[in-house]
Amino acid sequence: MKEIHVKDITETVEKLCIEACTTLGNDWWQTMDKAVSQEESTLGKDMLGIIRENAKLAASTGEPICQDTGTAVIFLEMGQEVRIAGGNLYHAINEGVHRGYTNGYLRKSVVSDPLIRKNTGDNTPAIIHVDIVSGSDLKITVAPKGAGSENSSGLKMLKPADGEDGVIQFVMEVVEAAGPNACPPVVVGVGLGGNLEKSAILAKRSLLRPLGKRHPQPHIAKLEEEILRRINSTGIGPQGLGGRITALDVHIETYPTHIASLPVAVNIQCHASRHAEAVL
Amino acid sequence: MNRIKTPLDFETIRKLKAGDQVSLSGVLFTGRDAAHKRLVDTYLAGQELPVDLRGQVIYYVGPCPAKPGKVIGSAGPTTSIRMDPYTPLLVRELGLRGMIGKGHRSQKVVDVIKEEGAIYFLTIGGAAALLAQRIKKAEVVAYPEFGPEAIYRLEVEDFPLIVGVDSDGRSAYDEGQSKYRLIHSVVGSGETLENRR
Ligand code: SF4
Repeated sequence: MKEIHVKDITETVEKLCIEACTTLGNDWWQTMDKAVSQEESTLGKDMLGIIRENAKLAASTGEPICQDTGTAVIFLEMGQEVRIAGGNLYHAINEGVHRGYTNGYLRKSVVSDPLIRKNTGDNTPAIIHVDIVSGSDLKITVAPKGAGSENSSGLKMLKPADGEDGVIQFVMEVVEAAGPNACPPVVVGVGLGGNLEKSAILAKRSLLRPLGKRHPQPHIAKLEEEILRRINSTGIGPQGLGGRITALDVHIETYPTHIASLPVAVNIQCHASRHAEAVL
Repeated sequence: MNRIKTPLDFETIRKLKAGDQVSLSGVLFTGRDAAHKRLVDTYLAGQELPVDLRGQVIYYVGPCPAKPGKVIGSAGPTTSIRMDPYTPLLVRELGLRGMIGKGHRSQKVVDVIKEEGAIYFLTIGGAAALLAQRIKKAEVVAYPEFGPEAIYRLEVEDFPLIVGVDSDGRSAYDEGQSKYRLIHSVVGSGETLENRR
């Protein structure tokens, strides 16, 4: 058994909230460089240039990349040999979100009730997904998610007979309907299989995969490339102003499903593809 | 690059065409859903409005809090269509002339823009740190209780914009995208994609 104190969890979550909102990964920079060189539209190239300049500025000044610092989505991979000491795990995480969003001058965008809509004032509660894994480590990933791209996402329970073509069709519908609202170039996360909620979590989780990395199974990797090609043929382009680069990547994650089901969830991620992780 | 100043008059607006890049200096007012609703309710109740919008430009933004010593936190555009139910009244009755946001507008708003000689600008979604640097002054002028949704008066310099819908009702999205589209749109058509196996 390894003991991890809630104090360390709170401090880590605070740090990760700020880090995620102000810096982007190496994979993002490499993919953007490639996108700039491939973009055919002059205005599109300008947009990509401004997006890069903004990210550089955010990293150097510590100001948030985007003012919508989102809902704090938190993935935990918790080793089954870990024991949490000193308090409640969820309270510790929410305390970290409270401190990160307050001390980091991040925008508080969470309302306590979907209909009454009063701001909670500190961006809590976080949305927390826990996976129990082997070992004695606790991996924490903070992935702030803004509403522009989240609101453009969608889920559909297809029929098995719809097959691969049906999947492609639905992903394209979601991407086209999102258009400029999701701040393209986007990353498209697809959860295929499982059931209703499983497909949605797969889609969200797929956004954590480094950009440019393909799915290990050849038929899924091929489908990712095919969907990416089609998305980048829509002409939506950077910021929706027309061009080649509508999406930076497509990630698909799959899970076994029912004989009668083919769930497809599409989670759109804007160009501010923010996530930061740490292992305790 | 077109350089313009606020307040806007029709002479300036009519020269700007969908897709043009524009650099704006002067005053902007911020406003999101809550502020729009309050403005419209106040006007319809026959009460006095906290800001005079004649010839002015509203920026749809809910900024991050300012760090100590800074003018404002990161401040990029939010999705404009949420404001569409309120926009016709603001343009027709209150004299609003420009809007800055991101995303498509409804046909109703496009019609009002044409009829009234107004304009809809886009700015770069998610370029919030860079845009905040172009904001030189910020003060809350109404509804402080709305937090990031309060109405701020901003003074901006060289604020980068793209004309989204011009006073002829032309759209930068439609015109820009059609040049690069290689496949049919699947939205609402129910039709199959090309090259289906
Ligand atoms: S969609 Fe993303 S980049 Fe655009 S405003 Fe929202 S969080 Fe920012």
